[in-house]
Amino acid sequence: MSSRSAPRAISRRELLTLIGSVAGSAVSYQAMASMGLVSESNYKGPIKLEGNPKGASVLILGAGLAGMVAALELRNAGYKVQVLEYNNRAGGRNWSLRGGDTYTELGGFTQKCEFDPGLYLNPGPWRIPYHHHGVLDYCRRLGVALEPFVQVNYNAMVHSTQAFGGKPQRYREIQADYHGQIAELLAKVTQQKKLDELVSAEDQEILMASLKQWGALDKNYRYVPGRDSSERRGYEKPPAGGLSGKPVYSKDITGLSELLKSELWGSIGAGHGYEFQTTLFQPVGGMGRIGDAFKREVGDLICYNAKVIKIHQDRKKVTVTYIDPKTGGAPQTATADYCLCTIPLSVLSQIELNVNPKMQAAINAVPYEASVKVGLQFKRRFWEQDEHIYGGISYTNLPIRLIGYPNTDYHSAGKGVLLGAYVFGPNAYEFTALPPAERVKKAYEYGAMIHPQYKQEFETGIAVGWHRVPWTLGCAGAWTEESRAQHYDDLCQLDNRFLVAGEHASYIPAWQEGAILSSLDAIQRLHQHVVNR
Amino acid sequence: MSIHAKALFALVFAAVAGGAHAQADLTSSTIFSSGYSFEEKDGESLYQGICQGCHMPDAKGATGAGTYPALAANPRLAAKQYPMVLVVNGSRAMPGFGRALSNEQVAAVVNYVRTHFGNQYPDTVAPAEVQALRPKTASTGEE
Repeated sequence: MSSRSAPRAISRRELLTLIGSVAGSAVSYQAMASMGLVSESNYKGPIKLEGNPKGASVLILGAGLAGMVAALELRNAGYKVQVLEYNNRAGGRNWSLRGGDTYTELGGFTQKCEFDPGLYLNPGPWRIPYHHHGVLDYCRRLGVALEPFVQVNYNAMVHSTQAFGGKPQRYREIQADYHGQIAELLAKVTQQKKLDELVSAEDQEILMASLKQWGALDKNYRYVPGRDSSERRGYEKPPAGGLSGKPVYSKDITGLSELLKSELWGSIGAGHGYEFQTTLFQPVGGMGRIGDAFKREVGDLICYNAKVIKIHQDRKKVTVTYIDPKTGGAPQTATADYCLCTIPLSVLSQIELNVNPKMQAAINAVPYEASVKVGLQFKRRFWEQDEHIYGGISYTNLPIRLIGYPNTDYHSAGKGVLLGAYVFGPNAYEFTALPPAERVKKAYEYGAMIHPQYKQEFETGIAVGWHRVPWTLGCAGAWTEESRAQHYDDLCQLDNRFLVAGEHASYIPAWQEGAILSSLDAIQRLHQHVVNR
Repeated sequence: MSIHAKALFALVFAAVAGGAHAQADLTSSTIFSSGYSFEEKDGESLYQGICQGCHMPDAKGATGAGTYPALAANPRLAAKQYPMVLVVNGSRAMPGFGRALSNEQVAAVVNYVRTHFGNQYPDTVAPAEVQALRPKTASTGEE
């Protein structure tokens, strides 16, 4: 080979440098976007805190994901870091309840989780969208194994007590029949020239072809029993082999009027939402594996059983006073140059704290949502064995709202745990107000209306009502557009030596990504302040 | 309403839209409301369906990292405006229930709490007084 390089295409980097130097950074950014180098997320890969913190110390309050992200990154950047945590474990709402765990909620109600080894309930977050780049990147960096979370299962159920005599329907059939008949309807009005004012003749031709494909219409643009519709909703007798293999098309299409009145169309849309689009993930072994991985990295920095009762900052330092929540005892103090507080606002709003009035008003402005999850253990995985439901979610208008099937260990001969209820709104208050055993009982009774096998196979359950969780007093911060406009920026400012992070300080409330991006944003600003001081 | 809460609301509402009535409970008198408004009517069932989740069945509150104040023998309830405003608008961690409860329901639960759990206040709240707390362009409770 000649030592002379052959002429080569200009590299992206060279091109960007060229564009940037000529036209300025705004053009450079647009060029990057058009070249697909700017992702939609504001997560930009592992944070780089460059510059010398000059021995600065940071006291982090809370060892959830926001707190532990900050602990990991600030220590790497050269800070002295200490973390105070109310619980005797790390992770916060990143949490899996497993067999042998004991959970005591406010009011003293104690539950012992009696699940078999390997089975768990994620009382908090349970799924990770593919575009939650922050969570996913920490999973990658910390070696947390992921597996697919099934959001949409075409063979799961959609159910209403007000439709089909209360008999659960397959998602697949309802969606096929709904799309098919909407497509047929639109094709008809197109053929009747009723769209002539809205759609050009040329486009109408394309529209007809697309409706045929989208709705599985036959050659006459009808959604009727036959190969096309059976390929969507399934067969009465599916194609098989040999002499017994001839398929029989399904005939029991539900008419449009019944479908509309059933309102089950409301249960087939969840997977269209940005946060629920394929692919989603879950950590192998439970969501709590992420918290476990962070603890492995920063556990040595965490002081457990520390209930913060006062945060005081002056010109030189921040002093945090805390007690042991179980034993009480004499208050202890921890001091640092700065304090990053990830304590939920429901709790922080009750802690003595000297910050500017606007920040205090923001801390006081965010109520916390009600939410309930119930995990139910069954002797066998009847949803797989009897009904061929492998992972995913069934939706219902019953107070339990949904049943979530385990997205792992398919065909396991052992027991299985279902998410037997995941409730928001008034029903979440009503579930929370019940004793835990009653919540389990209700989830069992309502779930049995969808899966009668409950009655034979149920063994044990555990229920978490988030308003009774002692360390959050609710599941997540409930911002409104008004409260956000009025208070959000005030909440997120660095106030002298104090700033907050957590899902409540993000535009992705209730999601772990919000906690992580909030934390990265906060420590970046804090670090700038420190290196520039 | 935040983007996420909107999505959540849409999902939840879509899932419940089919139910026209509260689900009759199967084994006890527990009420599960069918939509985004509570269907409990009298003070006792409102307390047991909503308030006791946090303030506890005995109304003595609870303490963890933060505290749910006791409503039992609570002198702050002497002024009836105080619980009324809190139920409608919320305060700090406590959500406001103005959108999810009617004037009658707010009055019923406030009157219940002020005459139970060691509280004995003879004056009562009327629904019209609750209405006066609401913004002039009164919300219907629908989003």
